[in-house]
Parts: sequence; C-alpha cells; structure tokens
Amino acid sequence: MVKVRIWGSLTAATDGRSEVEVDATNLRELLDSLAQAYPGLQPQLKRGVTVAIDGLLYNDDWFTPISDDSEVVLLSRLQGG
Amino acid sequence: MSQIHVTTRLNGDETEFLCDAQETLLDVLRNRLGLTGAKEGCGTGDCGACSVTVDGRLVCSCLMLGAEAVGREIETVENMADGETLHPLQRKFLEHAALQCGICTPGILVAAKSLLEQNPSPTEEEARYWLAGNLCRCTGYDKIIRAVMDAAEEMRRAS
Amino acid sequence: MALDKNAPETRSFKVVGSRPLRPDGIDKVTGRARFGADMSAPGMLIGHILRSPHAHARIRAIDTSKAEALAGVKAVVTRADFAAAPEGMEDVLDNCMAGEKALYDGHAVAAIAATSAAIARQAAKLIEVDYEVLPHVTDVDAAMAPGAPALHDGRSDETVPDGYSANVMSRVEYGHGDIEAGLAKADRVLERSYKTAATHQGYIEPHACLATMGPDGQADLWCCTQGHYMVRNTCAALLGMDQGQLRVTASEIGGGFGGKTTVFIEPVALALARKAGRPVKIVMDRTEVLRATGPTASSSIDVRIGMTKDGRITAADAELRYQGGAYPGSPVGMGSMSAFAPYDLENVRTIGYDVVTNRPKQAAYRAPGAPMAAFAVESAIDELAKGFGLDPLDVRLKNAAREGTRSSYGPTFPAIGLEATLRAAKDHPHWSAPLGPNQGRGVACGFWFNFGGDTCVTLNVTPDGTVTVTEGNPDIGGSRASMSMMAAEELGIPYEKVRTVIADTGALGQNEVTDGSRVTFAVGLATIEAARAAKREMCARVAKIWGIDEEAVIWEDGAAKPAGPNAGDYPPMTLAEIAAIASNTGGPIAGHHEVNAEGAGVSFATHIADTEVDPDTGATRIVRYTVIQDAGKAVHPAYVEGQFQGGAVQGIGWALNEEYIYGADGILQNPGFLDYRIPVASDLPMIDTVILEIPNPGHPYGVRGVGETSIVPPLAAVANSVSAATGVRMTDLPMSPPKVLAAVQGQQEG
Ligand code: FES
Ligand code: FES
Repeated sequence: MVKVRIWGSLTAATDGRSEVEVDATNLRELLDSLAQAYPGLQPQLKRGVTVAIDGLLYNDDWFTPISDDSEVVLLSRLQGG
Repeated sequence: MSQIHVTTRLNGDETEFLCDAQETLLDVLRNRLGLTGAKEGCGTGDCGACSVTVDGRLVCSCLMLGAEAVGREIETVENMADGETLHPLQRKFLEHAALQCGICTPGILVAAKSLLEQNPSPTEEEARYWLAGNLCRCTGYDKIIRAVMDAAEEMRRAS
Repeated sequence: MALDKNAPETRSFKVVGSRPLRPDGIDKVTGRARFGADMSAPGMLIGHILRSPHAHARIRAIDTSKAEALAGVKAVVTRADFAAAPEGMEDVLDNCMAGEKALYDGHAVAAIAATSAAIARQAAKLIEVDYEVLPHVTDVDAAMAPGAPALHDGRSDETVPDGYSANVMSRVEYGHGDIEAGLAKADRVLERSYKTAATHQGYIEPHACLATMGPDGQADLWCCTQGHYMVRNTCAALLGMDQGQLRVTASEIGGGFGGKTTVFIEPVALALARKAGRPVKIVMDRTEVLRATGPTASSSIDVRIGMTKDGRITAADAELRYQGGAYPGSPVGMGSMSAFAPYDLENVRTIGYDVVTNRPKQAAYRAPGAPMAAFAVESAIDELAKGFGLDPLDVRLKNAAREGTRSSYGPTFPAIGLEATLRAAKDHPHWSAPLGPNQGRGVACGFWFNFGGDTCVTLNVTPDGTVTVTEGNPDIGGSRASMSMMAAEELGIPYEKVRTVIADTGALGQNEVTDGSRVTFAVGLATIEAARAAKREMCARVAKIWGIDEEAVIWEDGAAKPAGPNAGDYPPMTLAEIAAIASNTGGPIAGHHEVNAEGAGVSFATHIADTEVDPDTGATRIVRYTVIQDAGKAVHPAYVEGQFQGGAVQGIGWALNEEYIYGADGILQNPGFLDYRIPVASDLPMIDTVILEIPNPGHPYGVRGVGETSIVPPLAAVANSVSAATGVRMTDLPMSPPKVLAAVQGQQEG
C-alpha cells in the first residue's frame, strides 16, 4: 500500500482524509486506484494532476515506479512559462 | 491609388522603389526591399526596434513615411558589418552575450552606433539615456550596456 | 524514465561552464535572423482580425457580405467557419474566434484575408456585427461579489462551494497543521491584504505567422512560438486536420516568457488560407498584443502570519484570488503551492480561487502565479521582522526550508539551495553597503518548480566528423549554444564541431513547449543521452574493426580506445576517423533519445534591492540590485546571468510601473508601450548576479532550470525596499509615483 497525500480541496472526495492508502507500483496504477477508490476524485484526475514522488514532479509517465515507502503527494497540474 | 516613385541611397546604393502614400519607411524596407533587419515592435515610436539612420540621424523608421526617403541616405543594420568583418559593436554584443532573443538587437546596434558616432566616450549614464528609446525585454540591459561601453573603449583605442 | 543518478558534482567539465559564442549570434547581430514577421510567400495575402470594441457582448449576427464584396478581399472567416472544438479545446477556439459572446475588449470576432493590409483593414470596417452589450466586470474582487455579471453559467467545478459567484471557476486548498493553534503561539499576528495588477510578458516581437494550405489538405505554418509541436497539435484539432498533415516551422522567436505557449492567430490564418486557397500572413500590432493575448493574472491576496518575537513563524495562512481573464485557468493553483514554499512551517494553509472576468485570457508568464504570492508573503514577513527589530535575512534563515522539510504544498524537499542563497546574500557586500538619503534596502526570496516533459533529440555524425544536434524546442535565449556544449562535452569534441538546429514538426516526435525552464534540463538530458547512444554505436564499430569485444572499447577524449586487457593494443580512433569510414562499418552514425523527462528539481533565489524614492514626486529609482540563485550546474554562465537579470528586471517593472488599466467601460486604457511602460535602460543600474551551483540529482550534469525563479522575488524585494526608504508599507502594485506620493503624504498627515 502506498500512502498518498491529497491537497485540501480534494478531501471532500476522500471523506475528509488528507492521506489515503492505495495499492500501486507505478504512477498509472496509482491514478487508477485513486479513481476507483474515490470516484469523487475523478473530475480532478481527468483535468490533470501532477504527482510528487519522493520530492520530484511527474505529470504523465505511467510507468514511473512507486514503492510502498515512497512519499507520494498529489498536486494541481503544474504549468510553466 | 497611384504609387509614389522614390529614389534614395540605401546602405550606400542608389535604390528606387514605389510605395503608397501612407506606407512607412519600415514597411518599405521590410516588405518592398526585403530588408527585414529592422523590426516592428510597436509601430508607434515607442520601442526602437525599427531604428535606422537617415542622413546620419537616428530615427524610428515606423514614424517616417517611405515617400520621405527621397534623396536621403538611409543606413540599416544590414550595412553595419563590413563584408565579413563585424562592426566592433556587433562583436562585443556576441562576446558579452548582450542578446537573448535578439529581436531588439538590430535596433539597439543601430542606436548604439549612432551614439558612438556622436559621442565616442559616453559615460554609462549617457549610454543608458541614449538607449532609453530601445526596449529590450530579455536582458535587463546589463550586458547590452557593458557591450556598448566595451566597444566604445575598443574603438577609441583603435582610432 | 530512470534518471541518471550518477553523482553529478564529482565530474569536471571541459566545455560545460565555459562561455562560447552562440551559433545563431552572427545572424542576430547582422539582421539576417528570420523572426515571425520576416517570412513571406509568393501570392501571399495579408490577414487582419476584427476585434470586439465591447468588454462583454452577445453576438447576435455578423454580416460579412460588404467586406466580401470589396475588391482585393479573398476570404472572410468567423466562428461559423470552424467546426465544434474537440473536448477540452473549446476555450482555446473561443479565445481565437468568439462564438456566442465577445468576452473582452479586443476579442476576435472575424478575420479577413486581402491582397494588401490596407484593403484588409478597410474590409474590417465593412463587417457589421450586431452586438447586444452586456454588463461587464474586470476586477477580481468585484467579479467574486454576489450579483456580479456572470461570464459563463454553470462552469464552476465541484471544488467551489455553494453560494459563490458564478465567476469563481475553482477553489484549491493546500497546507498542513492547525492554523489557529499556531497563531495562538505567536507574539504578533499580522493580517494584510495585497493587490497586484495584471502585467504583460511584453515580448518585443508581436505574434506573427504565415499559413499555407493546399487543396489536398496539407498545410504549412511558419510562426513565432515557444512550442511548434503544441501549435501543430492545437491547430490540427481546431481545423479538423490530421497532425501529420500540418507541418509547423518555428521562426526565431523574439521573446515569449510564457506568452507564446498557446495559439491566437495561427488557427485563424490557417482557416483563411484554406478558404482563400492562398498563403496568408497575419502579424499582430502592439495594441492587439496587449488587448488580446495573454497577460498574467491580477491578484488580491489576504495574508495572516503569526511570529514569535525571536522570529519563528508559528502559522501562515493566505487566501489568493486570481482573475485569469475570460476563461478558467488562472495560475492560482501554482500561486497557492508556491506562496510559502521557501519556509519550514508547522502550520500552513493557502486557499486559492480561480476567477473569470471580462479581460483577455491570461497566458503563462514566467513562474506563473508565483510572483504575486511571493509579493504578499515576503512583504508580510518583512513587516513582521522589522516590527520585532530583527534582520530580515536572519528571520528567513531561521524559517528556511531545507532538505527534509515538508514543503507547504506537500512533498518533502530533497537537497535545495534556499539556505545557500540566504547565506550568500548575508555575505554579499551589497547587504552591508551604506545607503544614501531617501534610500532603502529590501530583500525577498522566491521559489519555482521547474519542469521536464516530452522531448526528442537526434544527433547525427557527418562524414567529416562534425555533429548536428536536432531538437524541437525554439531557442528563446541561447539554448542552441547550451545543447551544442552538452553534446561536445559528452562526445569529447570541440564546441565548434557541433551545430544545433531546431527542427520543424516533420523531423522529430512530440516536444513539449519551451516553458517551465525545461529546455536546458530536459532537452539537455536528451542531448546527453543521444550523444551516449552515438558513442555506444561508435565503440561497437571500432570493436569490430579491432576484432575485440564491444565492452573492451571505451570512449575517452573524443576517441574510442581499447580498454581492459587490450589497453594500449591499438591506437585510439577519433570521432572523425570513425565517421570517415562509417559507410564501411555499417552506415551513417547517429544517436537519438526520446523521453518524457520528468523529475525536474525545484529552485530558489534571494534578491536584494536598493531603491531611492523622491519624496516630492513619489518616483522610485532602483539604485542597486543583486540576484542570488541556485542554478544547478550552469551550462553557459553568461546566459544564466542573462536569465537572472532579465527576470529581475521584469519583476522590477511589475513592482513599479506595469499595469493593465481598464476604464469603467471595460476598455483597456493603455494598449501601447507608451502607457504600458516596461523598464528602459535609463531606469536601471547594472544587475549583479551570484550563481550558486547546487547540482540537481535528477540530471547527469546537475542542471536545473533557471529561467523562471528570477521573476519571483523582485516584487517584494522592491516593495520592501520602498517601504524601508519611505517608512510606509506599499501593498498595492504597481508602486507608481502617484500611489507612493499619496502614501508618503498620507503618512506625514497622519
Ligand atoms: S516599431 Fe518603431 S519604435 Fe517600435
Ligand atoms: S534580447 Fe530579447 S528583447 Fe532584447
């Protein structure tokens, strides 16, 4: 199980919890498991998120590995200038 | 609408063109004569990207009509280098990395050349005020001013 | 992807870190470089766009018949000429060409292609648009008020609680801990509201493009953009074309700063070219650039910070309201994440609201969303520090985020450079230099994320042993030089032997736009990997020649050498020697690398500003300015300095002069460089820079992005400096002379 930290406004979709646990070994599984376990997150996941894994930022790469002790944080989709 | 026939000296060569009465010199240079070195950043005399010299005076070519070029001497950035040999300002701009995107560079080079012709040893403040009509959004002007001062020094030593 | 984790700091570099001349330099100082507006085509028509004179109006009907009848007019398009946009692209299309409503002053409503610019402009006057003028709103707080005129109905997403104005599109919240409990531990709680005006990226080159489309549906587009692959994909979607049928070539680009990461005129030019059957060129004028392309958001921010009298922050709370123009998408999410990112906080919260108003759709601007948030937070921290008589750098050091700090937006920081920039600031002679009368000194920190993204690089070895690097990201400030340097470094050949070109969309796979300071990081990474692939290939060829194992050949100093038991058995073969016989050993030699280069590192900066305020006029002059930033490994230090200086000066303009001014009628009052005043040479001193090189573990050479962080601290650094000079706290940007004068006089009277 991977612990995922969720930003404040999304906790409405996770019964108020700012940290949830899901099964995942990579980014794709993480996003799938979140969408399944918390359907309320789906609109935001569809709009796009950035995921911080051990302090580094990932947008899309499905096969980015995640281990059970990875620090995983969901963030709004980031955009540069 | 009948066009105006203009004969002028452009970068040392006698040049003829036809233009509409309301066409700016910048439009003529860029669209009729294929000299796209002068840029249009504003079209209102506020950015200096279109700088050229007319009879040795620095002007915004967006503020002058093509028809007014009759009998004048026009110099553009395309004529700054002497064949293969860059003008010291051009060289110093490269050495000092005084350009990022480079859109302001032609105008600033023309303006700086005109400065050094009038005042071969400008102070930093004089250079900054002379170039105040040339906007650069990329560099913060630091390296541009350094390049101009360095070129001025080299040109003084050479002369 | 698996990033190369080899400890970057142990490397010594030969080319990287030097300052060679850029490959496009000569073209740019001689006027030969071709920018967006510098291209033409035989039979070319000139396109012109008719724009809404109203801030908000329903478009009842558009009659183009008179314009079409004008001699010389070859095509007129309106929204009716575009099919419905694919999902997710509706706003992009609507922004390029208004549908049911014109949503801001300057919104495109129709476009003409004619044989001359004069005829096109004349035709625009003949187009009759039947507008029903609607009430409008341009201020963010007014747009959030109950009963404000609504731009869109029912578009707020599920994050917006009931009871908000229909103009609130979304809400985000970040943070951890317990704000109220934290504030209770403070010796002082400061509550302040701050405002920043919308500012424009202000690139000197207006948007320009040249479109051609044949009857077979194949199209070519030349344009100035930060991402021609993005332009291809977007235009293909909006015009119903296959991406492969549209080839986009990026011109030299005359500045972007985020503002050229989307499309405005490109789909319109293609639609006109399709209809007219001839090439169409569109060049915006400066007024159009200011009225209709993307400035950044304006903001209204409330901050509450609690601090103990020894300078420890006990809790930090902010509400950020950003208007991003007529469509959802203001950078308030990134503002909310970055606001408190420089600090190690037990209790922190940011709440952000994305609000729409009748203004042009905002576009990204250098570290989107972060400068405004940093202005508010860094001003508040400065005020608290001064109130307790503490040194503002010491207070920041006391609270600085470090490796292992849980950031305000969630993730735990790896090794970061904030503390190093603060210490360097303290040690810098600027910090202790004496000040003159009416002068003040301010300091502020800034944070930015940096990105990676989709990237392709192909590296070809020519028969004479030179190397061409082909990449897909427009070079906005010297990146071709940086790529050539990294390829030369990796291959062990001189910089002069490498030439980097920017390919059109036909030559490479997908490339993310040049943004988020990603190019030196991501394209650099792909360039290094492409060079490594070419080296492997060359070693394999040489192994065959020598008849030894591939593993027994290594690459060193630009040549293949026998290693291990074979060491010294054969003379090394240089790249040129291998290239010369490539046909005999298997054909041309190339390396390529395609990757989604994620995992970019964050970056921090500290800026010191000295200002002098004229007490009689309120005019502020920058007397001295120093930028200190962690750049990771600086590939070409001169261009790194240039990024620092340019960002700082854009921030200075934002702090002192620049603003979008709307009249009560919702019309932009200052759409020109005369009244939208960006800094000029005489406004400024030299901008000192200090490059700190704390290597990014996610890049083989330790490179971080450097382009954006530099615009984050200046707003607050300058404001803190003005407040030190005048004794009044300025909370409303820009600090234009009348505002400063009024504040100074108000204080004297009070
Ligand atoms: S284009 Fe002539 S001054 Fe700007
Ligand atoms: S270098 Fe880009 S505007 Fe000056």
